[in-house]
Amino acid sequence: MVEVLVLGAVAVAAASLNAAFAGHRPAEPFHEAARLLTMQRRVTASADRLLTGVGVISLPVAAALAALVVPVGGHVAVDAPVGLVWFNAMEVVAWASVWLAGWGVNSAFALVGGYRFIAQGLAYELPHMFALITAALAAHSLDLRVIGEAQDGLWFAVWMPVAFAVYLISALAMAFWGPFGHPLGGDLAGGAALELSGPDRLVFLAGRYGLLTVSAAVAVPLFLGGGSGPLLPGWAWSLVKTAAVLALLVWTRHRLPVLRMDRFMTVAWTVLIPATLLQMLVVGLVVV
Amino acid sequence: MEAVAFWVLALAAVGSGVAVFVVGSMARATFALLASFLCVGAELLLIGLHYLGVLVILMMIMEMLVMVVFMVAYMMNPAGLMPMTMLHNERGAFAISGTAFAALAVGIFAVPWPARAGNPPRDPTFALGESIMGSKMLVMMVIGIAILATMIATVVLAAHRGRYDRDGAS
Repeated sequence: MVEVLVLGAVAVAAASLNAAFAGHRPAEPFHEAARLLTMQRRVTASADRLLTGVGVISLPVAAALAALVVPVGGHVAVDAPVGLVWFNAMEVVAWASVWLAGWGVNSAFALVGGYRFIAQGLAYELPHMFALITAALAAHSLDLRVIGEAQDGLWFAVWMPVAFAVYLISALAMAFWGPFGHPLGGDLAGGAALELSGPDRLVFLAGRYGLLTVSAAVAVPLFLGGGSGPLLPGWAWSLVKTAAVLALLVWTRHRLPVLRMDRFMTVAWTVLIPATLLQMLVVGLVVV
Repeated sequence: MEAVAFWVLALAAVGSGVAVFVVGSMARATFALLASFLCVGAELLLIGLHYLGVLVILMMIMEMLVMVVFMVAYMMNPAGLMPMTMLHNERGAFAISGTAFAALAVGIFAVPWPARAGNPPRDPTFALGESIMGSKMLVMMVIGIAILATMIATVVLAAHRGRYDRDGAS
């Protein structure tokens, strides 16, 4: 369970880093959290409170459940022989979370934001799955620890760069972050999270940081050699690599424009899927 | 402990299945159905079929999220804000489902169940792949890619480009 708590702390650090990139003080997220906690909920007419609640709470819960199978060094909270598939299943929960949060509050802009995320999900999910399978194929395992240990000497990121690049893109897309933040876009006055206020908003946005952190942490055993590295112990290397990937993901929000997902859909289906399939073919030929 | 978990999940699966037909909104009905499927996936995890269980959870979440889009779009009451009912042709449906339930329940008690032969394999995921694909692995892989390519090509051909699409980029 320590691993999950550590990743939670890393997620909080990511929020501080995001504030720093935006030119605020690093302590700003804590002020914002305190503000949201003491704020009164805004209630919309005829809102489906139950579904909104499920959507808001399921996002951080899914991130925490995904973190259960993420190895930090050689340690993992729950020993999972199919950890990679479990991570994939928990990350797809975000589809439900965003749609439910957008639908439940009974507000037009929030509803549009929810639907945007379903479209974005259909665009990123197939290339994402192929990228995951490619790493699993090379390691002959769905266990994230075994995949990490299979990269002695040569990281998967080096000899399967297409899969790694697609994974990073889909990590941004699944956490609707940065260039893939259209579901919560400014053109929708905040999109799916528009009507979320007070503690609801805090929990939902914290869940998004959690998801971003977990997806960065999974990139380490998948493509960056897991906990391997000189001098430092395995857990330290895992955290250093996780922090580096996470910092890159957070940074994109302040340097890249937001993508419309119908355009991303075209690129995803006509460029990324064939590219990942070719990558898998190459890896398959090398491994067999 | 496992027996308790089994019964809790089983009752939750049936209960949320009933909820599908009781709730008054298409969105709630869809997610009640999803809850039912998630309980079934957890039951599979409980009996040690990790890959199948997680796969059911993964596929059902994606499937229900696609379904909710279409169900909401096709309902006469799209917003789901006014009361609606999932029940149609109540008498006929009751007769059919009652007969089906009785036949299945009788089957449980009437069929002579075989005794267990052999032990569970060390790696059920690997054994499952072997038993499904076995010597036809190459054919299955090619068919898988062909189906995917067909799906994408169908969507690309069916997608209508409107006047708001510039330079074919969108």
